[in-house]
Amino acid sequence: MTTETKWPFDQEYITSFSKEMSEPAWLTELRVQSLEKAEDLPMPKPDKTKINKWNFTQFEKLLVKSDVFSSIDELPEEVKALVDQEAKENSLYVQRNNKPAYLQLSKEMQEQGVVFTDIFTAAREYSDLLKKYFMTAVKTDENRLTALHAAFVNGGAFLYVPKNVQIKNPIQAIFLHDDAEANLFNHVLVVAEDNSSLTYVENYISTTGAANGLVNIVTEAIAGANAKIQYGAVDTLAAGLTTYVNRRGHAGRDARIEWALGLMNDGNTISENVTNLVGDGSYGDTKMVMVGRGEQTQNFTTSIIHFGKNSEGYILKHGVVKDSATSIFNGIGKIEHGASKSNAEQESRVLMLSEKARGDANPILLIDEDDVTAGHAASVGRVDPLQLYYLMSRGIPKTEAERLVIHGFLAPVVNELPIEGVKKQLVEVIERKVK
Amino acid sequence: MAGSVLSIKDLHVEIEGKEILKGVNLEVKGGEIHAIMGPNGTGKSTLSSSIMGHPKYEVTSGSVSLDGENVLDMAVDERARAGLFLAMQYPSEISGVTNADFLRSALNSRLGEGNEISLMKFIRKMDKQMEFLEMDLDMAQRYLNEGFSGGEKKRNEILQLMMLEPKIAILDEIDSGLDIDALKVVSKGINEMRGEDFGCLIITHYQRLLDYITPDHVHVMMQGRIVKSGGPELAQRLEAEGYDWIKKELGIEDETVGQEA
Repeated sequence: MTTETKWPFDQEYITSFSKEMSEPAWLTELRVQSLEKAEDLPMPKPDKTKINKWNFTQFEKLLVKSDVFSSIDELPEEVKALVDQEAKENSLYVQRNNKPAYLQLSKEMQEQGVVFTDIFTAAREYSDLLKKYFMTAVKTDENRLTALHAAFVNGGAFLYVPKNVQIKNPIQAIFLHDDAEANLFNHVLVVAEDNSSLTYVENYISTTGAANGLVNIVTEAIAGANAKIQYGAVDTLAAGLTTYVNRRGHAGRDARIEWALGLMNDGNTISENVTNLVGDGSYGDTKMVMVGRGEQTQNFTTSIIHFGKNSEGYILKHGVVKDSATSIFNGIGKIEHGASKSNAEQESRVLMLSEKARGDANPILLIDEDDVTAGHAASVGRVDPLQLYYLMSRGIPKTEAERLVIHGFLAPVVNELPIEGVKKQLVEVIERKVK
Repeated sequence: MAGSVLSIKDLHVEIEGKEILKGVNLEVKGGEIHAIMGPNGTGKSTLSSSIMGHPKYEVTSGSVSLDGENVLDMAVDERARAGLFLAMQYPSEISGVTNADFLRSALNSRLGEGNEISLMKFIRKMDKQMEFLEMDLDMAQRYLNEGFSGGEKKRNEILQLMMLEPKIAILDEIDSGLDIDALKVVSKGINEMRGEDFGCLIITHYQRLLDYITPDHVHVMMQGRIVKSGGPELAQRLEAEGYDWIKKELGIEDETVGQEA
């Protein structure tokens, strides 16, 4: 066996990269150790999707140079459209490829001790706080990609809301990918301390079509006792990007984590969304929509794992697949021993719009406790011809009728997104993709 | 211009290879209200669905025309835009699409590009018709027919009729499952539409609806054909005496045809 490293960057490079970023020693250490471990760790194994030929490990550049935006007016139109410019009290972080490019913090947040910043600044200025939570909900040694993520983190955001602080206005992060050579190892860490609440919405947006890179995203959403996190996301990364996105929640006692995810990437994507209901009385709700088109293959695994008693978990996924795309929907409700009086419910619906499209919905319930309730529903089907007939019988042309049915099908999730601009964008993206 | 003419000639229709309509002839003109009556399973609903273009029904011979235009050559949406409307017995439920969005889309499809109704004008029109039909205004923002009661669905069909103002409307058992109050409201809606430019074909089992809407012509359907036609008095006689006298008169033993879909 050779000792030659398999990765594009070795420990030495990572160490100097970390130093250049003025990162604390613990983070440098964590990067190096994670890189070391990566080789022996297995790749993630998304059920029913083979990823052995996908490139998640070879890439040219860890950082690309990008300019910052000095004001909102300078943002590209595609980004501006996502921002509610009327709402001056909103907080906004814009990252351009790997570069923290713009930050606006509301007065409300500043006065209440909220931290909202890019991941590099967080490492420098809030080192202890970051260390306490970073790679705790998702462990570095879970699989090769989480290890490589920890080793190569090159962007992301840190949001920390202290105890008893309720943030009313949505906090927004936009990750703009506009350099075809950029690779994203993005880490988003959202912490809501006890009795706090926040709404966070992120957009991953590509404005360059000819990309050929990889994306490795890890999100950790940590809700303390009685805290509430509403987490919205719309991913619209370009076709050339291969994406691994792992969004995970950790809910303490009586905490609530609600996800509203619009997964609209055009490239091959593995999405893993897990909510660990750790505390008694905790609550997890995941709503997801996705559209698959072209030749892309996507795998969406959504799990809610109940550890706490009286915990409740709800999964609702609706997806549309067209062209020759393949979309696998795995939904897992898991109730651990001791999580009595818990309830795990899930529903997955896939609508196929063409003969060659492939969709698969796999509901899984894993229950290790007697005194619980659980349920699942799953379906894979085509647009109901009788619905089309009904709409057309009122004069609506077939294409418009199909559009209405598809929008209606995805509406339960789209309507959940907390920022109007983002909701509108998602509707437009869906429109474009299903046409 | 006088009202439109829907003309059905020797219409034969199959469903899954089984002939249900065996030569229907009928002409409905603007200003006229026709009622087709008959027991279950005689082809009444098949007739209405075939005129509208339901995907399960296959017309094997005969013709349907609207003002001389061949209806059978048109797609379902073209038939609607040409001026046909079918109030369905079982309206589809469409999740995620509000009643208002649906209706505006339907109305704009008829008006054509460049002639779309303004949002304010649309809302005023819809509110007005909903009030007329004693509907809860919230129903505009509810998903199309989803979770509607039987009566609400039927009122909603009439609301669409009043919003879209077709030339010829077919009402397929609009009275089934309605209580007397709902029946009165639905009848009020149809009577409101009555006029030179509006022709209507009412399909029903019961005389009841015809107490509120007086038809100009009444037809009886059996074995996939119209076997008897008359004026309003025919409906009254059917109500009083049932269908047996017609069967006897025509020597029909089993009035049904295939299976009623």
